[in-house]
This record gives sequence, C-alpha cells and structure tokens, in this order.
Amino acid sequence: MLARVGDQMERMGRATAAGMAEFGLGAVLLAQCIYWVAVGHRRAQPVRLDAAFARCMEVGILAIPIVTLMALTIGIMLAIQGIYSLRVFGAEEQVVLGVGMSVVREFGPLITGILVAGRTGSSLAARIGTMRISQEIDALSVMGINPVRFIVAPALIAMMIMVPTLTFWSSIVMLAGSGWYISVDLGMSWAAYIERLTEIIKFGDVLHGLGKSLLFGVLITLVGVINGTLVSGGAEGVGKMTTRSVVISICAIIVTDMVFAFIATRS
Amino acid sequence: MSTIAISEHRSNAPADPELMAAPPMIEVRDLITHYGTREILHGINLSVRQGEIMVIMGGSGSGKSTLLNALLGLLRPTSGTIRLLGQDLNAISDVERTKLRQKMGVAFQGGALFSSLNVLENIMLPLREHTKLDRNTMRIMARMKMQVVSLSGFENLMPAELSGGMIKRAALARAIVMDPRILFCDEPSAGLDPVVSSAIDELILNLRDAMGMSIVVVTHELESAFKIADRICVLDKGHILTVGTVEEVRNSANERIQNLLNRRTEAEVLDPDEYLRRLTGMQQ
Ligand SMILES: Nc1ncnc2c1ncn2[C@@H]1O[C@H](COP(=O)(O)OP(=O)(O)OP(=O)(O)O)[C@@H](O)[C@H]1O
Ligand SMILES: [Mg+2]
Repeated sequence: MLARVGDQMERMGRATAAGMAEFGLGAVLLAQCIYWVAVGHRRAQPVRLDAAFARCMEVGILAIPIVTLMALTIGIMLAIQGIYSLRVFGAEEQVVLGVGMSVVREFGPLITGILVAGRTGSSLAARIGTMRISQEIDALSVMGINPVRFIVAPALIAMMIMVPTLTFWSSIVMLAGSGWYISVDLGMSWAAYIERLTEIIKFGDVLHGLGKSLLFGVLITLVGVINGTLVSGGAEGVGKMTTRSVVISICAIIVTDMVFAFIATRS
Repeated sequence: MSTIAISEHRSNAPADPELMAAPPMIEVRDLITHYGTREILHGINLSVRQGEIMVIMGGSGSGKSTLLNALLGLLRPTSGTIRLLGQDLNAISDVERTKLRQKMGVAFQGGALFSSLNVLENIMLPLREHTKLDRNTMRIMARMKMQVVSLSGFENLMPAELSGGMIKRAALARAIVMDPRILFCDEPSAGLDPVVSSAIDELILNLRDAMGMSIVVVTHELESAFKIADRICVLDKGHILTVGTVEEVRNSANERIQNLLNRRTEAEVLDPDEYLRRLTGMQQ
C-alpha cells in the first residue's frame, strides 16, 4: 500500500520535473528569440522580416474569415444570454454594460487565442515536428543557420503582431453582433448602442484585452515550437505532439486569463 | 621504394608526402558518445586527409549515423575530440562554429530539403544566408551546381514533386553550393536504380578530383563503396574493426568483416520513397 503511494508520488514527481523542464525550455527559447532579434544583425545572421511577414499572412490574414464568423456568433450569443438573464431583474437595458466589458476584456482575447491555438499553434508544432524528423532542422544547423533565428523568431514576431490585431478585430465584430441582436430585440438604435459602449469601455479595458492577447500569442508560439521539437518517431509522433500542443496552449491561455482577471480586478 | 609508392598510388591513397604531412581535415580521437546512459561509440579514432574519400560502413545499428552526427556537431560527445580543419568542433565559440560550418557541406540521407522552398531556393539558401552576393549571382551559382548534378530545368519544382534520386541530387547540389572543404554524404545512393546510383558515385569522384574536397560517405552499398573509397572504415557495435584501402578490407582475414560484407549484400536498405511516404503521410 505504502509502496504504491510512493510509486505514485514518484511518478507525479517525475511528471512535474518534466513539466518544469519544458517550462524552462520555453523561457530559454524566448530568450534566444530576443537575443537573435537584438544581435542577429551584428553576427550577420539577421532575423528575416520577409519571413515574419509571410508568417503574418498565414497567422493573421488567412484566419480572418473563421475569426469573423466565430466572433459574430459569440457576439449574438452574448446578447441573447445577457438579455435573457437581465430580464429577471427587468434590467435588459443594462445588457450593453455586460457585453461591452466582457467582450473587450475577456471574450475577444480568449476566443481569438483559442482559435489561433487550434489553427496556428497546431500547424507550428506539425511543421517543426516534420522538419525535425526529416532532418531539415539538422540541415539548418549544419549549414550554420540557427534554427531559432530562422524559424522560431519570425513565427514569434508574426504572432505578437497578429494575435492582438485579430483580437482587436474580433472584439469589434463581437460587439457588432451583439449590437445587431440588441437593436432587433430591444429596439435600441445603433447610435444609442455605440454611445453606451463608448461610455462603458475605457481605454484601459482595451489595453487589458490586447496585452493579454499579446501574451497568448507568445504562449501559443512557445508551446507549439516546444512540442514540435519534442516529436519523435515519424508521422504518428507528429500527430501526437500536434494534439498535445493544442491542448496545452488552450490550457495555458485559460489559466493565464484567469490569473490576469484576478490580478486586474484586485488592483 | 619507388615501386611501393607507385602501388600505393594505384590504390588511390594519397601517397604524396606533402599531403601525408599536412594536418588531417578530420581528426577524431578517442570519441565516446552516449544516448542516455547507453554508450554507443566506444573510443573511435579516425582521420581523413585532404582530398580523400573515406567510406564508413557497418551493419545496422553499428553506430554509423551516430558517428556522422558527432562529426557534424549535432551530437555532443561524452569524451574525446573531433577536429575539423584543425578546429576542435566542441571547444570553439558559436561564431567560429558557424564559420566552420560554411566550409562543410552535408547531404542528408532523406535529402532534408526544405519543403516550403523550391529546388533552386533550397540550393540558394546557404548563399543567401552567408554571402552578400546579389540575387542574380546567387541564382547563377545555384544553377551551375544544378548542372553539376544534372538537375537543370527542375529549378521550380517543389521537393514533394521530386523523385528519390532527384532529391538526393538536389541535396548534393545544396551541400556543395558553398564549395566546401569537407563533404559529408549519408547513404548517397541507397535505394536508387543502378544507373542513377553509379552517376552519383561518379559525381562524388569528380568533386574530389575537381575541387580536392575531403569526402566522408556513409553507405550500405558495397559496390559503390568499393568504387569510390580511398579508404574504408568498418564499424561494428561502436568499435572500428578496421580502416584500410579497398583491397585491404576486401582481403581482410577478419571473420567479422567478411561476415559483414557478405551479409550486407543481402540486407535491405531504407527505401527513400517509403521514407517520403512516411513524411508526407502526416499532412493528411
Ligand atoms: N536517438 C536515439 N536515441 C537512443 N538510441 C539511439 C538513437 N539513435 C540511435 N540509437 C542507438 O544507437 C545505436 C547506433 O545507431 P545508429 O543509428 O548510429 O546506427 P547505424 O549504424 O546508423 O544503423 P543503420 O544502418 O540502421 O542506420 C543503435 O543501437 C541505436 O539503438
Ligand atoms: Mg543510420
């Protein structure tokens, strides 16, 4: 009995150690990216902006349709729920308050983060995993091309630009979706709706949402890259780590979001 | 005395005393490597001279890839030293290692072409990253190397559209685009039809003759090994059984070597098409 408990403790300990190691790996990776962006030029190994822009295209522009669709749907859903629950108090008009705050601070960053994690985080993990097993990463190293500089840094830059941008866009679309439902259901005019929003939403709220989404972008990139580099054993290994990357980055996003919300509402 | 020199020359080993005296291009001393806690290479000593083609042979799992990875600096040895062009691979700074790596070319077994770049861009990549040449010059240089490996006209194909033999040739072209001093080839002719395979052997011989490269080739193919090798290094279970000329290895009385040579002829080699299928499978 005791032995089994000990066994389990040991297994948990080992899993924790492995988790911590990955955490450390993420920190090292981030530091290396910053290093290459800062001194790459001096070492004749610049981080290529054209590569970063190409990634921006893939991370951001190609994600616009799905992000827009999801944001619109969720915006409408928020309005429906808000009106339904506020009707209990006869305070339907206050729905704008709830929607405005929660979209800009929570739903915009969160939904965008989750979508990007599913779309880009997974493809990043798959791409790097495939490059690893096909020895493309090795080939880069032996050519004297640092893989972090060549692959990871441009991806990170693209994510740090595009995730906040997408978040900004999706927040606007969500608010438009809510506004549409509210105007239909409550007969509130668009002008009144927008005026209410501008009263409610402070610049700080927007900053809060965008700051968070920047962090999500970094998290998704690091989780995707690390899982990609941990791939072993062919195609199946790539599939496994891709799944793992999506699960971990979504968890990381939600936990970070909770911590953010806690800290922000305290101060 | 002179007859000895002549006969040595015939067997391809550079007998030129000046070359013999020159420091070796690759020098491995007491190399020990581990994967985890398992010791894979147990004290390897090997040197490759300027303009020499060294073929590394051995059974499956004998440690050929491990040795190659150590030589490329992809696997850090537990102990021992590896000197390339006189520099200790694991003691020099990152900057120096990057410089050193521009003087070596590697053709990986599966090609390791970048799947997002077309053939020409793949071959141009080292030039783009390490030189300040303008785009047209780079393009011309890359085209010249494509001509060398008879790939002219396939510039715009993506790696996924190439056959196994074309991939190997493109990888070779990329490996030599910077005119390296040392060239490493992992299974350059495995799984190719005899004509293509012998063309690649010719190519390797030409590279050595024309540019004086030192070339390390890992191969399973006996015929090709005997054709191109100046010296053959036979690995077995992480030990070097022998290093010698083709004749010496062929006539070796060592039973293990003879077994290995005979068994090798029947052994299956990794089919590059199968390898590719595994790689592309995950995209679906
Ligand atoms: N990544 C790895 N992790 C752990 N052990 C490994 C790894 N790669 C190789 N080995 C072990 O090292 C030993 C030597 O393998 P290596 O790949 O060098 O053999 P090889 O001579 O290249 O064989 P083959 O001709 O089949 O490619 C094998 O016993 C193998 O199990
Ligand atoms: Mg091998």
